[in-house]
Amino acid sequence: MLRILAEQDPGELEAGLTAVGRGIVYGGAAIGPGIGIGLVVGNAITAMARQPEAAGMVRTTMFLGIAFTEALALFGFVLAFIISG
Amino acid sequence: MILGLEFPPISHVVEWPVGPLGINKVVVLMWLSTIIAIGVMWLGGRKKSLVPTGIQNIAESAVDFVEEGIVMQTIGPDGLKFTPFLITLFTFILSCNIWGLVPLAPMPVNARIALPVFMALLVYVIYHTVGVLTQGPITYMKNIMFMPGVPKVMYLLLTPIELVTKFISQPLSMAVRLFANMLAGHLLLVSFAVITAGLLTLGPTLVIFPFSFGLLVFLTTFEVLVAFLQAYIFTILAAVYIADAMHPAH
Repeated sequence: MLRILAEQDPGELEAGLTAVGRGIVYGGAAIGPGIGIGLVVGNAITAMARQPEAAGMVRTTMFLGIAFTEALALFGFVLAFIISG
Repeated sequence: MILGLEFPPISHVVEWPVGPLGINKVVVLMWLSTIIAIGVMWLGGRKKSLVPTGIQNIAESAVDFVEEGIVMQTIGPDGLKFTPFLITLFTFILSCNIWGLVPLAPMPVNARIALPVFMALLVYVIYHTVGVLTQGPITYMKNIMFMPGVPKVMYLLLTPIELVTKFISQPLSMAVRLFANMLAGHLLLVSFAVITAGLLTLGPTLVIFPFSFGLLVFLTTFEVLVAFLQAYIFTILAAVYIADAMHPAH
């Protein structure tokens, strides 16, 4: 088995590890904002249900909150592309 | 090679052929967006009828949307002098984003990082200049670094955070948010379109074709929403940063 591992082309190992790294970068970056956006929208729904007159302002603030948290997930996405093998 | 089709490497999505002076498809679409953004506003303002119809209606809805929905909500009445800048930002970014859905030229112009970086730098220079001009340079820096109304112990933690936020994180995140949203949407659409076209070869994979096509239709609809939303969020964040610079109370 070690003979098989020793015959590997070193470039392929690097390419494989780069792919794994990219997956980990984006996977790890998507957990937090997923939970965060769920919290923001959930609380916005509660607020809109409690006071329908304020729904417009709550909706505006909700979009602002979604933009902030989603930006963090997208940093990870962009970083996954930047990482080069 | 999947199903006998040859796929170019994925880097071709981000590397395009270049003409003289670096003019490629993205640059031409950006010029067309400029013409559209200027043209809609100019044509809408020519016939000043009291009850707007046609293109005047479109222009007035856009102006009303930015003025009532963004400027008045965030900066308030003394921000009305920034309304032209924010309207320009909104219509330009929206028309740039919509190009990603047009059939013959599907390329959201903001999917290359140069334009979002330029616009974020523009907003960065503007909001710091507004802060320095309204509050004076020393008071402005003092309000950023030592936020009023906070126990003095917190300054150890708060000052580095505020400095990094105001000077690095805010413009960077504006640019990357717009760029990454547009790039991600574009990559999704390209991948699904190629997969759908590839599934058309007859054989057992033909049964997957309707699902792939349906998902492509849904993703295109979603991208319309994302295009509008990203233009709105860029503009409202620009307004919020200008408001923060003009009225420092947290």
